[in-house]
Amino acid sequence: MKEYTYTEKKDTRSGFGAGLAELGRKNPNVVALCADLIGSLKMNKFIEENPNRFFQVGIAEANMMGIAAGLTIGGKIPFTGTFANFSTGRVYDQIRQSIAYSGKNVKICASHAGVTLGEDGATHQILEDIGLMKMLPGMVVINPCDYNQTKAATIAIADYVGPVYLRFGRPAVPVFTPENQVFEIGKAIKLTEGSDVTIIATGHLVWEALEASKFLNKQGVSTEVINVHTIKPLDEKAIIKSVSKTGCVVTAEEHNFLGGLGESVARVLVKNKPVPQEFVATNDTFGESGTPAQLMDKYGINYKSIIELSLKVIKRKEE
Amino acid sequence: MGHHIIKFIIIKIIYMQNNLNELTTQVRRDILRMVHKVNSGHPGGSLGCAEFLVVLYNEIMNRKEGFEMDGYDEDIFFLSNGHISPVFYSVLARTGYFPVKELNTFRLLNSRLQGHPTTHEGLPGVRIASGSLGQGLSVAIGAAEAKKINNDSNLVYLLMGDGELQEGQNWEAIMYASAKKIDNLIATVDLNGKQIDGATDDVLPMGSIKEKFEAFGWDVLEVENGNNIDDISKGLLIAKSLCGNKKPICVLLKTMMGNGVDFMMHTHAWHGKAPNDEQLISALSQNKETLGDY
Repeated sequence: MKEYTYTEKKDTRSGFGAGLAELGRKNPNVVALCADLIGSLKMNKFIEENPNRFFQVGIAEANMMGIAAGLTIGGKIPFTGTFANFSTGRVYDQIRQSIAYSGKNVKICASHAGVTLGEDGATHQILEDIGLMKMLPGMVVINPCDYNQTKAATIAIADYVGPVYLRFGRPAVPVFTPENQVFEIGKAIKLTEGSDVTIIATGHLVWEALEASKFLNKQGVSTEVINVHTIKPLDEKAIIKSVSKTGCVVTAEEHNFLGGLGESVARVLVKNKPVPQEFVATNDTFGESGTPAQLMDKYGINYKSIIELSLKVIKRKEE
Repeated sequence: MGHHIIKFIIIKIIYMQNNLNELTTQVRRDILRMVHKVNSGHPGGSLGCAEFLVVLYNEIMNRKEGFEMDGYDEDIFFLSNGHISPVFYSVLARTGYFPVKELNTFRLLNSRLQGHPTTHEGLPGVRIASGSLGQGLSVAIGAAEAKKINNDSNLVYLLMGDGELQEGQNWEAIMYASAKKIDNLIATVDLNGKQIDGATDDVLPMGSIKEKFEAFGWDVLEVENGNNIDDISKGLLIAKSLCGNKKPICVLLKTMMGNGVDFMMHTHAWHGKAPNDEQLISALSQNKETLGDY
């Protein structure tokens, strides 16, 4: 059983900032736009090094999405930056018509996703964005798990031609994936081998899944943890292969169970390999103010819920 | 000698304008026949903008042969009020972007000529999907910014409806364009004073659109007769000459919805309604075939 450790905690948004800065140096077509949240999105380095390739649009996200679509006409690869809430729900029709339906090469980079945004509360904590974005035909949806992976994903999406939604967050979380990893869009990563239960996690919940796995293994429960950083296109083969061995699955995400990773996994399993599934996700609710740890606990999206639902789903196999 | 050259130029201008008049009449026939065939579509605004698009594509824009999405080293155009797709399609076809006979597929299953223009089916000449209103100006600004980065001195043209200015995104874009000195963009507003539910002044009065654009820091030009080829041409040439002065340019094009068909003018009734068989015959009799129907 492989054990994962970390030496530091960092925010995934800083991984985005570092990736964007690196892109600025190596790809002259990459441009960036921001709607008055440069500091929050960690875009300073890119702006400092490429002032002529940065567009501050002010607090006007709809206009930002349209300008990004227009910039692609002329060969640019625009990266938009704002909070996940303002990157999706606020501008859904602009993304739908001017970006997705028009097939424009825009990278929608969204920070502060989910309840771990913390004290600002529910107005800013979107838990519906994965659903909104994965429903758009042709949209790629990525939710990396730590600083290194977010940096790698940011760099990788510049080479992919087409619209991408890249989701990351505010809090500092353990950095446990390799530095300078190669990020493959749509390729799930098996983190631990196991035979009793598959835990499929995305974003901040991947570390929580590893914590749960450590605990469960000590109890004699063999867990297989899979990091599904790309929710669309989903790595169906990896999912089917794993549950064929374990016979049950827990999905874990910082998102409403409606429209999230869990539903995407359920669809794959129902069509190919029906097995018991439990969902670690928010339960059709808005968030509230609090610290990230308090909120993850209250809304049932941390290692504790993963442990509880893993034991439950294993029992369901015997029914 | 000089006298002869001036005479030659005048004759050439008259010749070209005759040609453009003929083309406009044919475009009107195309619009009417397209919407009649599928008993749907938007003839009113399409007819109102026929002269404008004919002049823009044939006299004003610096266009390259063929079609490339990126539009490097040429002027590019965006249609924000996508519902006037019939006039856009007709002018694109008759300036060589795709076969004229394809106009016959307008709004049919498996057609590249969707109800509202889209890049999705790969129709040459279309660079963005439009139809959901209020998005075109932002896109045009983005394309203008790309031209600046690329050191491409060509221009970006946009046509939008006046009713469309009720969408808030436009005002974000209008504010941005002057703040960021987007001076390689000519945004034309089809000022026909009408929208689906009636006169813009009854639905949601917008006051002086000219003063609003000016207050937002734009240079505004007015074309009093937006259905007169000569006036449109002069207006757009002045607009072009104003580019590069660190200010975005707005052309207020005063048009007549339904222009060229007597019973479609002076009413908003033909915004989104197709003529029946009888009405089509009457409308076409007012616009005789010039360059050959598709």
